[in-house]
Amino acid sequence: MTHALRLMDVSKTFPVGRSLLGRAKGSVKAVHPVTLDVQQNETLGIVGESGCGKSTLARMLVGLLEPTTGTIEIDGEALDTADPALFGRKIQYVFQDPISSLNPRKTIRQVMEAPLKHLYGMDATERQARIAEIFDSVNLREEFLDRYPHEFSGGQAQRIGIARALAAKARILILDEPVSALDVSVQAQVLNLLADLKREFDLTYLFISHDLAVVEAVSDRIAVLYFGSVVEIGRAEDIFATPRHPYTRLLAQSAPVVGRPLTEPEAKGMELPDPLNPPPGCAFAARCPRAQARCSAETPHLSRQGETTEVACFFPLDE
Amino acid sequence: MRAFLVLLARNRLALAGGVVMSLVLLLVLLTPILPLADPDVTNTSNRFQPIFSDGALLGTDHLGRDLLSRLMWGTRLSLAVGFAAAIVAATLGAAIGIIAGFYGGRTDNIIMRGVDMLMAFPYILLALAIVAALGPGLFNALIAVAAVNVPFFARNIRGITVGIAHKEFVDAARLAGLSNTRIILSEILPNVIPVIVIAMSTTIGWMILETAGLSFLGLGSQPPQADLGSMLGEARSALITNPHTSIVPGMMILIIVMSINLLGDGVRDALDPRLKSGALSRPMATTKVDRKGAVPEPTGKGLLEVQGLETQFHVKDRVYRAVGGVDLHVEKGECLGIIGESGSGKSVTALSLMGLVASPPGVITGGAVHYDGEDLIGAPYRRLRDMRGRNVAYIFQDPLATLHPLYRVGDQLIEAIRSHRPIGKAEGQAKAVELLRAVRIPNAEKRVSDYPHEMSGGMRQRVGIAMALANDPDIIIADEPTTALDVTVQAQVLTILDDLRRSRGLAIVFITHDFGVVAQLCDRVAVMYAGRVVEEGSTKDILQAPRHPYTARLMACVPELGGGKRRLEAITGLPPAVDRLPEGCAFADRCLKVQTECRRGKIPLDWQGDRKVRCLYPEQGTREAAE
Repeated sequence: MTHALRLMDVSKTFPVGRSLLGRAKGSVKAVHPVTLDVQQNETLGIVGESGCGKSTLARMLVGLLEPTTGTIEIDGEALDTADPALFGRKIQYVFQDPISSLNPRKTIRQVMEAPLKHLYGMDATERQARIAEIFDSVNLREEFLDRYPHEFSGGQAQRIGIARALAAKARILILDEPVSALDVSVQAQVLNLLADLKREFDLTYLFISHDLAVVEAVSDRIAVLYFGSVVEIGRAEDIFATPRHPYTRLLAQSAPVVGRPLTEPEAKGMELPDPLNPPPGCAFAARCPRAQARCSAETPHLSRQGETTEVACFFPLDE
Repeated sequence: MRAFLVLLARNRLALAGGVVMSLVLLLVLLTPILPLADPDVTNTSNRFQPIFSDGALLGTDHLGRDLLSRLMWGTRLSLAVGFAAAIVAATLGAAIGIIAGFYGGRTDNIIMRGVDMLMAFPYILLALAIVAALGPGLFNALIAVAAVNVPFFARNIRGITVGIAHKEFVDAARLAGLSNTRIILSEILPNVIPVIVIAMSTTIGWMILETAGLSFLGLGSQPPQADLGSMLGEARSALITNPHTSIVPGMMILIIVMSINLLGDGVRDALDPRLKSGALSRPMATTKVDRKGAVPEPTGKGLLEVQGLETQFHVKDRVYRAVGGVDLHVEKGECLGIIGESGSGKSVTALSLMGLVASPPGVITGGAVHYDGEDLIGAPYRRLRDMRGRNVAYIFQDPLATLHPLYRVGDQLIEAIRSHRPIGKAEGQAKAVELLRAVRIPNAEKRVSDYPHEMSGGMRQRVGIAMALANDPDIIIADEPTTALDVTVQAQVLTILDDLRRSRGLAIVFITHDFGVVAQLCDRVAVMYAGRVVEEGSTKDILQAPRHPYTARLMACVPELGGGKRRLEAITGLPPAVDRLPEGCAFADRCLKVQTECRRGKIPLDWQGDRKVRCLYPEQGTREAAE
């Protein structure tokens, strides 16, 4: 199997509190060096709570943000990380808010034509044919093309967003919370459509969400992000059923599930660590019931546990 | 465009301004072909002729020149210079603003500090300095007036551009291969143009005045050429002896500036989306009540009993039936869940209970809400205000929006108590700390003097709950209180709510879209669809064996943790718009089991065994069998 997407030590640091002369006073490490492989035709889920760096990671992958360190390889080729148009043909992005990702003053046809014109230089008849083909595969009627974004419901607008991403003929789609703004009945429609498209066009997905159940339902493998680092990565069917990292277990136990009584999984009521002043060692140590002296002194790195799972923890949970 | 003109014409003052301005424009355009005297021919024997004298309708000036002719030609010139200055200032200012706002960072800093420096000078001083440097003359006056107004446009447009440049559609355009120049021209500019037009329409009048001011000082048009400002300047010496020479150009300036400003305000009101959406209309203190039918008598069921509640939104000639006859009740110490998708009417139901739906456009058109035997619908404002917070309290979805950003959370808690009973400073502080402890905020003594922005989302929502508890209410209505929170925080907040109702005997109405949350917290649940309850019963029964096809299929849509990778059930189509509800069952178009009877008449919410279902062909058997 080939790697569709490969990240090597990709990290992002944002300067904060610029002084008058533009020199940063401090910095926030939004994403700590992350190394990940996504296989051809795989769906990798990325879960994490707000502020864990999942959107920053996604925006780096499509070139909207330049990584501070590290390299990104697509199909074995390293990418120039500064040019979004170069990314455009290889990797595309589906946004969280379907309506605000469409320019309110452009018709859907203008939205759809942009990637065909600027990435592929197609002429009018070619574009027309290609748009018809894409709209057919996302179950949208061609009469929608001459309408404006505000005339669509969230689910339809999200399908237009997916159609636009497909138009660029990229083989990899970054789906950044693609269904979290949608109602559950519509959410299922869009998730099923994504599954069909993946089969039809042989796509590779990176699916980012805060909803554990949704991620589990669509992914082959899942990476759990905490405070900018991957703390656990493994097969979707294992990761929440038999979590190895204490944070993964906390997430799995916190998700409300029909038939499970309400329990407070975490007595301490702790919050995320302060990004301006990160704790030494493992970022989860202060919340962790298994933490020991070593955890707040050294930073754990991902290491293999069992056949398919990797965990960044000195004292991982057993089955 | 047509809609814009209709909206503009509805504003009478703007219409009057528009008519006057068009007349003036028509006249100055026709000036060259009108039979007017030459404006520059002097005739000193005929000087200071009064108004309505022979051969000079508006009299003559100090050199015996025809005032009417000079007025027409002068107006022509003044208008042309004013418009030209406005267009130049708008174009330059917008370009500067867009570039600064789009590129941000250092570019923005350098450009905007330059603009600030320009703004630091009084405008007339700056204009004088520019004219002094370039030499007097109408064209230089135009440059001065335009330059002085560039900063206004630049700042205005920069602010708007910064907002747009961070929108997702700009990122999407970048990924579609558009260059920065193209993004500015095709994505940013179309969204900025309305703002430019608004800014221009309100400043043209001002620029005409400024040009006239410079001409008045002798720095604009040079003799013998007439413009309104120079006419005034030349007439100044004869102000007392021959006032008509000043009054004529003065009146014209007044007419032009007044009409342009009235028209400009009209244009702004018609274009500004905030004004269009009615942001300036103030809602009433309670929801308007206009009950058509008889008021239902209380049956004494529960602490709070809702019967046949109907709430509508009247927008122009459309009627949106957001809540179409809802019956609910909640007992002391009970948690009732209301579950539904967006637009199902669950939040409007909750807000209607205490008359909190904004009116206009909201109107409660039927039903009753009995609290302890008293009908809250149509209760006087004083009574409702007295009960809000003390008997029935609310918790909303976004605590950042409900807490005041400028006050410490402790002070806000004390204020909530004070609105119902007087309380001393020390006692109030102690009570605030006690409330924060009740919602398990660690280190309550210290956090009581925090500002809302110093707390995390979960902590803020705890303050929201503490605020609701401040006056020991009997009922808490929680509208999606955990939707904006992370799962680990959600679990904590739900536990707090559950403990509170058990320890204090609180009744909770919990509105959500999440079956998992309902299952963990609620005793009973009502499922809403298109403004009506379609199924109601004990949470356990409904989750085990949903009877209404909508409930069953909605539950099948929700992935459950632990199921692994799989295909989800989906409901095709969309809920009906509540201003065009179909006859019969609102779910009929999406239902797999629909029959012809489903589309006829009114389908009642009937008892079926241990629960109420609004369906003619309800599901039978358990959930496992249904799947």
